[in-house]
Amino acid sequence: MADARHDGLRERPRGAGWAVAITSLCLLALLVLAPLVVVLVEAFAEGAGTFLDAITDEDTVSALGLTLLVVAIVVPFHTVFGVAAAWLLTRQDFRGKALLGTLIDLPFTVSPVVSGLLFVLLFGARGWLGPWLRDHDVRVVYAVPGVVIATLFVTLPFVVRELVPTMEAIGRDEEEAAASLGASGWQILWRVTLPRVRWALFYGCVLCGARAAGEFGAVSVVSGHVRGETSTLPLHVEILWGEYHTAAAFAVASMLAASGLVTLVLRGLLERRVRASKARSSSAAHASAALALETSISSVPSKGALS
Amino acid sequence: MSLLLVASTKLRSRRGLLASFVSCVGLSCLSLGSLAAGCSGEAGSTTPGASAATGAASPRDVELLHVSYDPTRELFEAVNERFVARERAENVNVTIRMSHGGSGRQARAILDGLEADVASLALAWDIDALAREGQLVPADWATRSPNRSSPWYSTIVFVVRRGNPKGIHDWGDLLRGDTQVITPNPRTSGGARWTYLALWGWALRQEGGSEATAETALRELYRRVPVLDSGARGASTTFTRNQIGDVLLTWENEAHLLLAENPDAGLEIITPTVSILAEPPITVVDANADRHQVRDVADAYVRFMYDDEAQEIAARHHFRPRSEAVAARHRGELPELTLFTVEDVAQGWAAAQERHFADGALFDRISEGRSEAPR
Repeated sequence: MADARHDGLRERPRGAGWAVAITSLCLLALLVLAPLVVVLVEAFAEGAGTFLDAITDEDTVSALGLTLLVVAIVVPFHTVFGVAAAWLLTRQDFRGKALLGTLIDLPFTVSPVVSGLLFVLLFGARGWLGPWLRDHDVRVVYAVPGVVIATLFVTLPFVVRELVPTMEAIGRDEEEAAASLGASGWQILWRVTLPRVRWALFYGCVLCGARAAGEFGAVSVVSGHVRGETSTLPLHVEILWGEYHTAAAFAVASMLAASGLVTLVLRGLLERRVRASKARSSSAAHASAALALETSISSVPSKGALS
Repeated sequence: MSLLLVASTKLRSRRGLLASFVSCVGLSCLSLGSLAAGCSGEAGSTTPGASAATGAASPRDVELLHVSYDPTRELFEAVNERFVARERAENVNVTIRMSHGGSGRQARAILDGLEADVASLALAWDIDALAREGQLVPADWATRSPNRSSPWYSTIVFVVRRGNPKGIHDWGDLLRGDTQVITPNPRTSGGARWTYLALWGWALRQEGGSEATAETALRELYRRVPVLDSGARGASTTFTRNQIGDVLLTWENEAHLLLAENPDAGLEIITPTVSILAEPPITVVDANADRHQVRDVADAYVRFMYDDEAQEIAARHHFRPRSEAVAARHRGELPELTLFTVEDVAQGWAAAQERHFADGALFDRISEGRSEAPR
């Protein structure tokens, strides 16, 4: 990744290179651009009135509200969890570290539908915790908490997987320098580590939020599809489609597509920042750490700075 | 938050980051709090006692969750509107929440904790499951309302493309030539079970018909199905939008709705000479309705389905009403045909399940053959 900034490795496409470039651009247009255009065209197929009716419909607004609620819970949760997990994975050595990394990747490898079913088996009326929850009048599956939990599960890896490479690239030098200057753990986290990874963190949050808003499979299993109550936007699109309200379905889908586009733009902007901060880290880390050491009054040598 | 993040100087950006984190955590606490509030609010609205106790003047708020199968969305939307209006006159504010999906899947969801107060499913067997596996309704639920708790009935008909190019008029025509048939998977779709048993019944009733010839007919039918969708709506979409297949086998009401919603698709309905009497039942889910203390309203809701007002709406949605008066008004709109019952051709649902739809039963054996058949 860091090598990509050496311009010597980049070449202008020639011959076969052009063919590959054109083919992939055409594929991209066919797979990404064309569906987007179709969504918009179909959304307005019955006129702007239908479009407005569809997106201001009571059930649509309720679905939008639920989707935003899910995002508002999932993203902050994973921000905190992601930083903690990435710190464990890159800064600590302990037994079961590999297991933690594997567990965090689990949602990537398990089909969302299966993960939804797992929650039904766990929290459902006939599940392990079902009878206990029922006795205490707590509803998890087929209610909002189930939707939130399922989304938390499928979005688990996004922030962590974004943070880990960046934190590995930055290394421990600056943190050790700060520690040698007497900074506490919290000070190091707030003043040294987080400022360096903030773009990666933000990028991870954007991806996590996009997935949380768009998740269908797992949510579909645990939601129960109660209109106006446990339907998120993607589920509402399916409901409208199933009711032959094609234009309305596409109108709501265009809301999701719009949020996807915002994500893409954010992603483009952030990716540059992330790359820049990684690149800076490899060259600047040693210099700044050394500088920090020079001005240090502490005599504790830092392993990173010595090497 | 993003404003804070783009603060320019290092110091400010540090503070900005801190602030954004604090705000993130704060936001998450807030949203968790509102979630909890939402849940307790929900619980409040389903316990009607409070408002009922405050006196006759203030209306009682009741929320019913009605879990139904796929092709009834439009029907119950219209019926609910009338029921809500009627209850409002009696000083009860009813909100009816709907959930639709494949019949078998909906039954499962109710068993797994979807707290339906009322369930209307595609076939009695799926409601039997609520009694058998969850004791959510008594075993004799079907006898609590007239006509085996089915306020209206329907049947299975054919939808073909304009001009009926394959000349399909009856069940036998489905099994001829290279006709491709669209019908959903009987494992997941209630309508598909009715379809399956309709063909079975037709084959048994043919001259020289036996279980062996009926089995051959079923094999021949499912050999011609290119896509086994999971539900009636999925099958309709496959046939109409994706333009796959020559004939769609579906609920009569779904067929009429399909034509009404797709006037330009060039579709025609063919009613065979015989078909099955498809009875989609409705019942109060006792365990949930009692727990939510909405039993009386749920009972009234189910009774309302037999009222001429609801029967009229059902007739307009192309179900066949039970009410003599309403049926007389709509006579001639739906063609007459001979209907046989599940009892006639399969000795009821329990026997049909064992013989046809259980793991390793006839449909499984047929679909094994189906996947092996050369395409």
